[in-house]
Amino acid sequence: MAADVIRIQGLTRTYIMGANEVHALDGIDLTIAKGEMVAVMGASGSGKSTMMNMLGCLDKPTSGSYELDGERVEVMDRNQLADLRNRRIGFVFQGFNLLARTSALENVELPMMYERARKKDVREAAVAALARVGLADRSSHLPNELSGGQQQRVAIARALVTEPALLLADEPTGNLDSRTSVEVLALFQELNDNGLTVVMVTHEDSIAHYAKRIVELRDGRIVRDEPVNPRGNAAADLAAIDARKKGNA
Amino acid sequence: MKPQMLIRIALRSIRRTKMRSTLTALGIIIGVGAVIVMVAIGHGAKSRIEQSIKNLGTNMVVITPGAANTGNVSQGAGSFNRLKIEDAEKLKRESVLLADVSPVIMAFGRIRGNNGTNWRCPVYGVDPAYQNIRDWQVGQGQFFDARDLRARRKVCVLGATVALQIFGDGEGAALGQEVILRDVPFTVIGVLAPKGQTASGTDQDDVIIAPYTTVQERLAGHQFIAQILGSAASPSDVVAAMTEAKAIMRESHKLGDWEESDFQVKNQADLADAATGATDVMTILLACIAGISLLVGGIGIMNIMLVSVTERTREIGIRMAIGARPADVLLQFLVEAIVLSLLGGLLGVALGYGGSWLVGRLTGWPTMIDGVTVSVALGFSAAVGVFFGFWPARKAAALNPIDALRYE
Ligand SMILES: Nc1ncnc2c1ncn2[C@@H]1O[C@H](COP(=O)(O)OP(=O)(O)OP(=O)(O)O)[C@@H](O)[C@H]1O
Ligand SMILES: [Mg+2]
Repeated sequence: MAADVIRIQGLTRTYIMGANEVHALDGIDLTIAKGEMVAVMGASGSGKSTMMNMLGCLDKPTSGSYELDGERVEVMDRNQLADLRNRRIGFVFQGFNLLARTSALENVELPMMYERARKKDVREAAVAALARVGLADRSSHLPNELSGGQQQRVAIARALVTEPALLLADEPTGNLDSRTSVEVLALFQELNDNGLTVVMVTHEDSIAHYAKRIVELRDGRIVRDEPVNPRGNAAADLAAIDARKKGNA
Repeated sequence: MKPQMLIRIALRSIRRTKMRSTLTALGIIIGVGAVIVMVAIGHGAKSRIEQSIKNLGTNMVVITPGAANTGNVSQGAGSFNRLKIEDAEKLKRESVLLADVSPVIMAFGRIRGNNGTNWRCPVYGVDPAYQNIRDWQVGQGQFFDARDLRARRKVCVLGATVALQIFGDGEGAALGQEVILRDVPFTVIGVLAPKGQTASGTDQDDVIIAPYTTVQERLAGHQFIAQILGSAASPSDVVAAMTEAKAIMRESHKLGDWEESDFQVKNQADLADAATGATDVMTILLACIAGISLLVGGIGIMNIMLVSVTERTREIGIRMAIGARPADVLLQFLVEAIVLSLLGGLLGVALGYGGSWLVGRLTGWPTMIDGVTVSVALGFSAAVGVFFGFWPARKAAALNPIDALRYE
């Protein structure tokens, strides 16, 4: 049981818009074990982002319970939630959300600035994280001097630098071309192989099939929850794409 | 987050909006600068005044004509000068606590040396005790004595400036020569040691001293008794001596119990108070100006910090999303406000130093900047930052991560 990273039960999130209520999440039960890689799918407005925000402790549920690593989240105060976001969760946003006019390296360093008990060398860890996403030579670039894919990779490096156990990514490939998308998924698969639990939102089946499990939402409810079979290998696909390109040239 | 990190973030954010930050801090810059200049001038003047009053002599008691409320219209013109030689003589005779008493008769008119040089300066008719009261030293020759006074001898002692201007700077050049006051020749028997200028810039050495009896007799119609000076035997006697002098003076003027005194008795402390009283008022006024300008500057800072918090809502959201606690966000914006106002304070101090130097150069007034003023000014600027930066910072810290992230 302790192997469950996420356990949510009867989770609802209701937005009150004047007279009417929007049930963005309408009773979600979901358990995700350590080492899983889950793709969350669903039509636009089905509640995917809302659920990711709950999982990332950025928003509070209207009702229901959420346990992260066996700890109940809804009873925590703002400081505890901040520490949770800092240490346990890496969040990759739909729109990158890098600090403007701040270099890639400093963006990656940022989460470590808020670590209470910092053990490692900040600069060293940030450089390593950037190298891991293949951006070692772009560390001094500002966000507006990077391509969309590069910005997304900086955001991933920032999410990973504190070595969280859970990576949450809301449409990590939404703004990327197909090759870069596969590249990001190859990185996710590699991280997942090394034990990181990954939950990502995507609209595309071609991306979702790199996950181990697909959860589909509709109108705030889970309508499908099944393993992926057969599962894609992003690294192999990436090599194939590159080989084809070379052949064309 | 480490303090130096917070300061770095603050400096960077201020640098990014240089123009806006400068304009915001301008209130504090000008406020602090102006206060430092004014305090420097006030301090300089006060210390000069106190210094020169100390130079007046010790244990001195001064009796001047006129009631305490000198602006009084009901006093007739003739009744204004009510000091008489008899007052001084009566004080000298009857006072126990005043060791020395001397009237000061002021005479005026053209002065000519027996070598034909013309000069213009006040002539004081005084008692030989005057030298003691004022603690004046004779440089060459000697002061006149009681016999000169009694015999109404036409002798005088020159201030150093007068001696130099009429008889040149030769050693003893003035001694034995004559100065002619209104056709009356006075023999120079001494020259005073130089004393320099007073706070107000008057040359204390530009004066001629003669026995009051002679001045009264020879220069009749061209003189009046400006004051009577006395000196108490010891500093602890000064207050008692003043009471005694007042009683003797009232008797001398034959004043009834209900009548107001038509003279004033003061000591050096009173003189110092009167002279520095104006600067005290100025200091209080300055404090008010400082308070108002810092208040205005602080409101400017609060305004700009509120704008900054709104502008950077997304940044706040990002920081919270990756693990910043509310206190981290609060501290970030508070430090930014403090750094901004402290920078304003520092620039204000620099401006104050420059301004004081300039005022000193242009007007010749003495200026004095002390460390206390500077540290109080800087402390106040920092306090303004804390006070006016707290609310915007708290507003930032109270944001919900998801709301801040969604902010457009
Ligand atoms: N802050 C909000 N206030 C009111 N309603 C909201 C708010 N955020 C989301 N909603 C509503 O909640 C529902 C779910 O929104 P959500 O952003 O979770 O959708 P999504 O599945 O992420 O869509 P997409 O694929 O377009 O990103 C939508 O109907 C949306 O209108
Ligand atoms: Mg979404």
